[in-house]
Amino acid sequence: MEKLSGSEIVIKSLIDQGVDTVFGYPGGAVLPIYDSLFKQNSIKHFLVRQEAGAIHAAEGYAKSSSKIGVVLVTSGPGATNIVTGLTDAIMDSVPIVCITGQVPQHLIGSDAFQECDTTGITRPCTKHNYLVKDVNQLSEVFHEAFKIAKNGKPGPVLIDIPKDVQFALGHYKKPETITIQNHRLFQPKIINNDNKVEEATKLISESRKPIFYIGGGCINSGNDASDLVREFVKLTGAPATMTLMGLGVCAASNSQSLGMLGMHGMYEANLAMHECDVMINIGARFDDRVTGRLDAFSPNSKKIHIDIEASNINKNVKVDIPIVGDVKQIVTKLISSWKKNNYSIDKSYSNSWWEKINKWKKIDCLSFENNSDIIKPQLAIKKLFEQTKNKDTFITTEVGQHQMWAAQYYKFEKPNRWITSGGLGTMGFGMPAAIGAQIANPEALVIDIAGDGSILMNIQEMSTAVQYRLPIKIFILNNEYMGMVRQWQELLHGGRYSESYMDSLPDFVKLAESFKGIGLRAKKPEELDNVIKEMINSDKPVIADIWVDKEENCFPMIQSGSAHNEMVLNNKMKQDSKSKEKGKILV
Amino acid sequence: MNKSVYSSQTTDKPSKRHLITVLVDNEPGVLARVVGMFSGRGYNIDSLNVAEVVTNDHLSCITIVTHGTDEVVDLIRKQLNTIVPVHSVNDFQDQESAVEAEVALVYLYLEENNKKESYKICDIYRARKIENENNTTIFEIAGTSERIDSFISDIEKICKIEIVRSGPIAISSLLRE
Ligand SMILES: Cc1ncc(C[n+]2csc(CCOP(=O)(O)OP(=O)(O)O)c2C)c(N)n1
Ligand SMILES: [Mg+2]
Repeated sequence: MEKLSGSEIVIKSLIDQGVDTVFGYPGGAVLPIYDSLFKQNSIKHFLVRQEAGAIHAAEGYAKSSSKIGVVLVTSGPGATNIVTGLTDAIMDSVPIVCITGQVPQHLIGSDAFQECDTTGITRPCTKHNYLVKDVNQLSEVFHEAFKIAKNGKPGPVLIDIPKDVQFALGHYKKPETITIQNHRLFQPKIINNDNKVEEATKLISESRKPIFYIGGGCINSGNDASDLVREFVKLTGAPATMTLMGLGVCAASNSQSLGMLGMHGMYEANLAMHECDVMINIGARFDDRVTGRLDAFSPNSKKIHIDIEASNINKNVKVDIPIVGDVKQIVTKLISSWKKNNYSIDKSYSNSWWEKINKWKKIDCLSFENNSDIIKPQLAIKKLFEQTKNKDTFITTEVGQHQMWAAQYYKFEKPNRWITSGGLGTMGFGMPAAIGAQIANPEALVIDIAGDGSILMNIQEMSTAVQYRLPIKIFILNNEYMGMVRQWQELLHGGRYSESYMDSLPDFVKLAESFKGIGLRAKKPEELDNVIKEMINSDKPVIADIWVDKEENCFPMIQSGSAHNEMVLNNKMKQDSKSKEKGKILV
Repeated sequence: MNKSVYSSQTTDKPSKRHLITVLVDNEPGVLARVVGMFSGRGYNIDSLNVAEVVTNDHLSCITIVTHGTDEVVDLIRKQLNTIVPVHSVNDFQDQESAVEAEVALVYLYLEENNKKESYKICDIYRARKIENENNTTIFEIAGTSERIDSFISDIEKICKIEIVRSGPIAISSLLRE
């Protein structure tokens, strides 16, 4: 068999794994791989402007398609620049394969130029990582890495390749010729959960106040999974609430959907979680942003927890019926068990449960006071939704108040349309993620709902968008503050706004123009509609600078240290001071 | 349950000693993955022992003694299983039928007035003297950790010592197929 160089094996492995898109940035330790890239036509490389942009773009690409995002960066600073993205990807279960260059093996350990212990640094923020020392193991490592990234709970995998291995000659093995030992992959089949499924459907059928608590696991399980979840929710007639990561699994317009729950979730969703007697958690992980104070979390319910990752079970909240497995597979079983047993929830119970929920709904927790002079951020999102809801739209976000307003006021009808950094809360995620989503969906409308603070964290990627003619739209809710920080300082730190004012912001219109994109601005409510229209009709990257009320707070809110039934609905309601003191130490 | 500040369900449960063995592919970084999981998630390691056990397949056994509530140890077991090169995890707390042993090497600072008595204690504990080129007094003692503890406490009363211990290892005593 003909021998190939390590870098040719890298390219061949990628092609055989079905990769046609790579996000990266070159440097000394990956030059052989870049040389091999140059000599082929199957893989398109997107040059970002900072490696953080590469990995967030790969995340956006993966989240908006069912593919694996691939990243290629150099050793040392190239590798350390992707650490935030790796952590983001492991927290939000995004399948990513990262290739990093490393100094040649004889220099490892000598503090060589641009050497760093990449596998050491990235061990806790990858599902698995490799330092490949033998060119003949390279193809096996790649094929295993792609399996691991996607298998079970998805996540990032990193392959560190010393430069001498990239040059060395060796043999390539095709994916179908290698065998991966079972223990190295997640094996859902070995767990028999059929009787747990029976127990679960029986419990649901006997419930009086059931609720579905739906998370990002449903989205990771594929589009079919969301359809099945919708079907099961419909069969039971029970209300359903979604986590930040699960938005879109149930259509926002569905009458059984209560919208998002948690810290900035819907009043009715959180109260229903508090009051329910049976909770059906599908692919969510009892995150602290969702549960609030744990000792007061849904105190009277029996809990069913479906999760692909056994270590998520009983991690934060003790559950009654744990079911380990893939959402699609388990919900299929739940549906057939439900039908086979002819189950239904007693009408009289379900009527009075819905009556109660409808009463909570009447509070209208998302109402806000409009203003004729100042744009309310909530209004800006509502108008954006109105003008884009009938288009093929993907929304990404940065992190802060704008992210929460987007989650609350933008109504998602489909899964995979909402791309946000949930677990890590990474400012600077949204624009590169939009670039990745636009590459995966060239015809779609991709909008990054941004804050004035966050957008500056990866603003350099505007240049990437322009280079590749990616007509992403950046919709900045500009409040001249790190609004979320300002809000916590107002509520918890006596209004001492320490370092949260965004002084010396750039002129975003001129900034867009300097990148050869389009800059737009709305200062008054009456300008909003036209600016949004112009933005979505442009075939270029656009930054729309929306001047919003600087001191608006994001409500409703369960403040740190409080329980679901202690939601604060507006500025006038204050958290009681005892739980406020306790809450201060939390994040 | 974890030890998050949001958590409140942890406090009153009893914490117990658990001996966990982890069978892993003997590849670079595997120990760091296992140990890093413990430190990263705030679990305890009371002792640690690693050695290759199946040379042909490059399998190593990592033995860890930890302590925690049953819930915490259950999470440790599940977290270990998420590590790619881990084959299996065995919690010997679950098994009555396990045999456990540890080895200690002890240097005795002998003097004329404690020599006889020290040798007697070593004899009682069946500690074995190890000859060495410097003719110093080094004893080896193997057995359960409790036995070694009690040896130490007895001998320390009469003689200054220096000691190294391997940490316990364990094996199931059930009849194999
Ligand atoms: C990388 C990073 N650093 C710090 C934070 C903490 N943080 C959370 S929200 C926020 C303010 C965000 O400001 P902006 O982007 O203007 O959004 P706004 O809240 O004003 O809508 C900060 C600093 C973070 N989430 N990520
Ligand atoms: Mg802001």
